[in-house]
Amino acid sequence: MNKNDFDLIVIGGGPGGYVAAIRAAQLGLSVTLIEDKHLGGICLNWGCIPTKALLRASEIKHLLDNVSDFGFSVSNIKMDINKITKRSRDVAAQLSSGIKHLLKKNKVNVIDGFAYLDKKENEKKIVIVKLKNIDKTLKLSSKNIIIATGARSRNLPFVSSDAINIWDYKTAMTPPKLPSSLVIIGSGAIGMEFASFYSDLGVKVTVIEALNSILPNEDHDISQIVASNFKKRGVDIKVNATLKSISNNPNQVISEILSNGKTETINSEKLILAIGIIANTEKLGLEKYNIKLDRGHIVTDQWLETSEKGIYAIGDVTQGPWLAHKASHEATLCVEKIVGLDNLHPIDKTSIPGCTYCRPQVASIGLTEKVAKANKIDIKVGKFPFVGNGKAIALGDSEGLIKTIFNKNTGELIGAHMVGPEVTELIQGFSIAKKLETTEYELMHTIFPHPTLSEAMHESVLDAYDQAIHY
Amino acid sequence: MSVEILMPALSPTMEEGTLSKWLVKEGDKVVSGDLIAEIETDKATMEVESVEDGTIGKLLVMEGDESIKVNAPIAILLFDGEALPVELPSKEKKEEDEINVQVVSNNKLKEVDLEVKAEFKNEVPSIIKENNIIKKSKRIFSSPLARRIAKLKNIDITSVLGSGPNGRILKIDIESLSDNNNLKIETSLNINDNFEIVKNTTMRKTIAERLVKSKNEAPHFYLSLDCNIDKLLEIRTSINSKSNNDFKISVNDIIIKTVSASLIKVPKANASWENENTKYFKNTDISVAVAIDGGLITPIVRDVQSKGLMSISLEMKNLSSKAKDGKLLPEEYVGGSFSISNLGMFGIKEFSAVINPPQGAILAVGAGEQRPVVINGQISIATIMTVTLSCDHRVVDGAVGAEFLSAFKEYIENPALMLL
Repeated sequence: MNKNDFDLIVIGGGPGGYVAAIRAAQLGLSVTLIEDKHLGGICLNWGCIPTKALLRASEIKHLLDNVSDFGFSVSNIKMDINKITKRSRDVAAQLSSGIKHLLKKNKVNVIDGFAYLDKKENEKKIVIVKLKNIDKTLKLSSKNIIIATGARSRNLPFVSSDAINIWDYKTAMTPPKLPSSLVIIGSGAIGMEFASFYSDLGVKVTVIEALNSILPNEDHDISQIVASNFKKRGVDIKVNATLKSISNNPNQVISEILSNGKTETINSEKLILAIGIIANTEKLGLEKYNIKLDRGHIVTDQWLETSEKGIYAIGDVTQGPWLAHKASHEATLCVEKIVGLDNLHPIDKTSIPGCTYCRPQVASIGLTEKVAKANKIDIKVGKFPFVGNGKAIALGDSEGLIKTIFNKNTGELIGAHMVGPEVTELIQGFSIAKKLETTEYELMHTIFPHPTLSEAMHESVLDAYDQAIHY
Repeated sequence: MSVEILMPALSPTMEEGTLSKWLVKEGDKVVSGDLIAEIETDKATMEVESVEDGTIGKLLVMEGDESIKVNAPIAILLFDGEALPVELPSKEKKEEDEINVQVVSNNKLKEVDLEVKAEFKNEVPSIIKENNIIKKSKRIFSSPLARRIAKLKNIDITSVLGSGPNGRILKIDIESLSDNNNLKIETSLNINDNFEIVKNTTMRKTIAERLVKSKNEAPHFYLSLDCNIDKLLEIRTSINSKSNNDFKISVNDIIIKTVSASLIKVPKANASWENENTKYFKNTDISVAVAIDGGLITPIVRDVQSKGLMSISLEMKNLSSKAKDGKLLPEEYVGGSFSISNLGMFGIKEFSAVINPPQGAILAVGAGEQRPVVINGQISIATIMTVTLSCDHRVVDGAVGAEFLSAFKEYIENPALMLL
């Protein structure tokens, strides 16, 4: 066999691509992974992981601001934003080299370069790779291709990030110095995490959201709690507000905001665009094959196959939700489907948890109350506030709520929505419950350890059936 | 030394069977000859005896376990004063039992207790339960939600194929039973009105397998003939009138005898296909289809050529009552050279039957009914019975089949000829 022919070629080495390559190698396929920039993708290098390192720093700042609550007094606290960002970069670097090691261990052939599709030859798909750092191209072939090229942040028609005053996520993660004021356009997970980070570090933050609540994909009760918490911290939140224009001056950005029919201007030192993503589909040679796009994202069937047989797409380059863990799970499923394993199930989008690591943390899975009602599902709703949870009070972090939604007829857990301390670590309990298809009965009869934050999950379930004990 | 009780081969062809019922429980003392279990084979339920004296130490398969291979261990028999060996024979397909470990303290089992705990560590599945026989059929894996929805929709979860790990039944499996559209609940409610799902018994599966094999492999052709049975009925009446109720010869008994006589006259029709060879039987071992609860079975009246009507009749009565009780021994239904299927008692005029492999032919017998017939240019009334012979063309050609049928007609219309 041709040494440039493989069972599978994976284009893109993010949390979708590298997982696909490793799983394929585990299943005995010969696999090549091609990465243009950095193994681990945005998630690991410029997304999930480094922002968590930043947020850890801002949480510590928040604790330091409140040490007197715990009986301490400290003075002369100094903050060095460059050290904070350096730590974040170090964390990313450490993990990226770890990915390289994992791929090597699993005997995945990794090529540094930019890959694109070329016309089929002898029923094989052709991939051309422009090698990085060398002026040379490689021609590879394979029966199966997985496109996992991810996405990048979106710009507005009248404003693009310039990395000086108008920031995208990369600049926002590596600010040369702390600005005094900041406007964040978009209140999704990324916008709210930056809002949390910068406001905890003392920056005057304004959040602009076009829809009627922040974190618009979350349950309304949860969004309300987050909004009121941020407002108490001095963050200005404007909902039903759109950015009409921007005047980008040397030391000041002037944003013209249309809100509830009124126009106002907000001056800030910097501005972050966090209004969503666009898929990286350019220059991939997709036009040489029958690959359909929808609003820029590659369309696939439930097994991640595009309209071209043998070409698959996973992760952010396909339809949402755009989450790293969804990409990784699609990777595994896609490869296992290619190999033909038994008992595979398509991904159930109502079983993908989502987490936002702002303070307070937000985590959810399944349908919101609004969506459940819109789908005419007969529901039972349970709510339990962390103020009724002993561990949360002991931690000094008792703001938040756990809301559970059950199908009234079948007892199926159709949604769980949480805001409060460490809820991003708690949500997996409900993920497992959903995956194992437990009903309220099993959850009610599960013994949750005391004293833990997880007891609030239990109580929320009990409350849905009017059996909550501590509230 | 403890001994393993093995799955017995209850017939020469038996490869596997279902343990339908345990007649003993762990801790029971047995003596040689005690019945310990009922085994369901392809066609019958048989009882298994203990061949040694001792105590039942452990049951290795559960009631309802299917496809247990012949000679696979099914239980451990302990001799006096013995404890269970730690290394138990490994069982096939047993991971599903591993949750059901229950150790119940029991004086009788005390000595076994420690060993059982050791065994638990080895993750060998076990069930120790006192004073009640384990009433557990094969474990069904299912999610709580799937069970709840199945219950709401009145779907028998045991009839659902699971698509999860280890065949675990998931919500989607219950819902896909209904329909793919959103009217899942409504349509599934209708399902209950429309049909009921019944698990196929081993017998049902065997019947299906054998008949499909027959129709796939044996090229069937069919020959029909009308027989005037007035004389036969006359003879039958006169025989039965002399019986003092000691016996009662049926038309079917006479047909059995007639088939035998015809096969002796046309031995080429008494044959079976064996790929390299054709086997011609010297005896006439006649298989007679008997309808029983949940299926049918063909007990055999052997050596009919050397038997009189009375013994054929008594034997047939005995065989059919055993068949209906599921008590036939394998040698009573395995083998046979030729089959008869008689649906005359249901008023069926004529039909064609599926050959009972590896036999070469089967005679389908319809009801005797009065029909107008033309004899010597005159219309008169006679009792006519239509018979149809299904032949496996590989061994019985058209001419041979025709020869057999005309012999049959001659004998059945003139039973006295059989005396010759």
